Amino acid sequence: MIKFLLKGLVRDSHRSKLPVIVVAIGVMLTVLLTTWITGVIGDSINLNAKLATGHVKVVTNGYLESMDQLPVDLSLTGSSAIISELRKDHPETTWVERIEFGGLLDVGDENGETKSQGPIAGIAINFRDTLSGEAGRLNLDKILVEGRLPSLPGEILVSHSFAAKLGIKINSSVTFIGSTMYGSMAINNFKVTGTITYGITALDRGSVIVDIADARRALDMDDACNEILGFTSLDYYDDEKATLLMNSFNSKHENKNDPFAPVMIRLRDQNDLGSLIDLMGGVVGIISFIFIVVMSVVLWNAGLVGGLRRYGEVGLRLAIGEEKGHIYRSMIAESFVIGLAGSVIGVAMGLSISFLIEQKGLDFSSVMQNATMLMPGIFRTRITPEAWYIGFIPGLFATVLGTMLSGIGIYRRQTASLFKELQS
Amino acid sequence: MRTTIFLLIFSITASMFAQPSGKELMALIDKNLSAKTQVMSAKMVISGARGSRTIEFSSWAEGDKRAFTEYTSPSREQGTKMLKLEDKLWIFSPSTDRIIQISGQMLRQSVMGSDLSYEDMMNNSDLTSHYNASVSGTDTAQNRRCWILQLNALTGDEAYQVRRIWVDQERFVPLREELYAKSGKLLKRIELSEVARIQGRWYPMKIVYKDMLKSGEGTQFNIVTLKLDEQIPESTFSKASLK
Repeated sequence: MIKFLLKGLVRDSHRSKLPVIVVAIGVMLTVLLTTWITGVIGDSINLNAKLATGHVKVVTNGYLESMDQLPVDLSLTGSSAIISELRKDHPETTWVERIEFGGLLDVGDENGETKSQGPIAGIAINFRDTLSGEAGRLNLDKILVEGRLPSLPGEILVSHSFAAKLGIKINSSVTFIGSTMYGSMAINNFKVTGTITYGITALDRGSVIVDIADARRALDMDDACNEILGFTSLDYYDDEKATLLMNSFNSKHENKNDPFAPVMIRLRDQNDLGSLIDLMGGVVGIISFIFIVVMSVVLWNAGLVGGLRRYGEVGLRLAIGEEKGHIYRSMIAESFVIGLAGSVIGVAMGLSISFLIEQKGLDFSSVMQNATMLMPGIFRTRITPEAWYIGFIPGLFATVLGTMLSGIGIYRRQTASLFKELQS
Repeated sequence: MRTTIFLLIFSITASMFAQPSGKELMALIDKNLSAKTQVMSAKMVISGARGSRTIEFSSWAEGDKRAFTEYTSPSREQGTKMLKLEDKLWIFSPSTDRIIQISGQMLRQSVMGSDLSYEDMMNNSDLTSHYNASVSGTDTAQNRRCWILQLNALTGDEAYQVRRIWVDQERFVPLREELYAKSGKLLKRIELSEVARIQGRWYPMKIVYKDMLKSGEGTQFNIVTLKLDEQIPESTFSKASLK
């Protein structure tokens, strides 16, 4: 029977060509849109994880309440003991200490008096311990515009546009003014070794990066940091894994009454990323649903057109005694084959284009100049396991549904008037 | 004769507690607190999230335009100097050998993590030339009868647009103060106590500042020594004195 149907479809290209093309295009668009949205949102989540949130993060209860203000006075003390415990309990996760801080950066003239100054948001990372992988995680080699990365104590990287605005030159001295962990005034000189550009306006306004040892000295934070970030072995954020880590740590350390007690939070609990993750989960379903509806309508119409074209054929088959149900089922089986063929072609095309964009990326940095949230400038698709099968759902379902709708007309044919219809 | 004496005592007492106008009350406060120059050594006990710290310093001020402060303790702060000239402030830090200028909105930031801003710290201005005043009622503060003085800023430049001051009815010295933003939000609450007689004026030697926008118990400001209307050498208010 299937062989018979296939022969019919191959020999009568009018019956299969247009529906296969329509299904293939629809499936290709479904796959492409799915991989695009998964890629863009996933990249954005990854960027946030690497720069600010980690997959999980340990802070103090007090710090958590006012995290936006980067309160260094509510930092974690005895951070080396906490990180040792984390490494022992969860060795598969990479744990790194960071200090995020705010303040002013002052540039002096030849007399040592203020020439220019501006507000900064600083990140202190472990430059010297190469095992921490922090330089690679922040992509410092690639975002370095001028100069070199800090290698000696008292060196600093400054955002390129901020440096240009303040007239900061490579190897010049700048002064950081802020508050120590104990509230005292922190004033420290740094030597600028390089300038960086993230390509993200929110970060390029006034960010600086220093080694964590220098930040500890400047902010009086011996054996302290305000954040411990954890990165699971996966290249993407796994909510389930992060939740397990969080529950395991918090059940051991929970003490909500102590503002200095450590608490673990997940990526989804920070920077409104939870809604982005939920969106990513729901978006694939929404896309599939929209394509099923749109393509069903398109294929219903195609089926109607085909039905009209095959009006005579169906009439003849009925006249020679074929049952209406058998004709209806054979047309559905035909549409299944068409849907399958179109879906295979569409998935292959969609995945090929997705693979190309995943490898090369599309550069949107010029239109992202004024972005205020952490979004990458180059967008890439991401081929996930579901991209391989997601296209088959609308491809098969819509084709079969379209045929089922258009084929209802078979049952309306009156056997008695068939010969009259055929004569005309 | 007895009637005359009674009437005399009554009229003197009545005049003592008669409600002065807002302007008169401001002038009486200025007479106590506002001096041509102030030279003081003081301690600040700052209560923060991680306990309290004590900072010691000496300061020289001339009106509300010029002031110089040198921190003497603890060692991390020792040698840090601040110079205020008009609306500009310079900070010298010996560890960096830099003179850093602070201006504009930065002047309203906290000094050394305390509940005082740079403006609060170096302000020695009189009330009369900056505020309109009215007496809004009476109350008791520190077991003393007080007038409640309501001040409204004459210009929009003042950090505190509205001030409510509880003024001792006998000594004309503030015992409590509330500082408000233009929006009506309470920014700071100040308690002034240990009022002492200094060179014929009443002066509070202990002041507790509470920044209402910060957590913590506030900052206690204790004046150790105070000299008013002393001659201050001109060189004190120059950038050369910072290094």
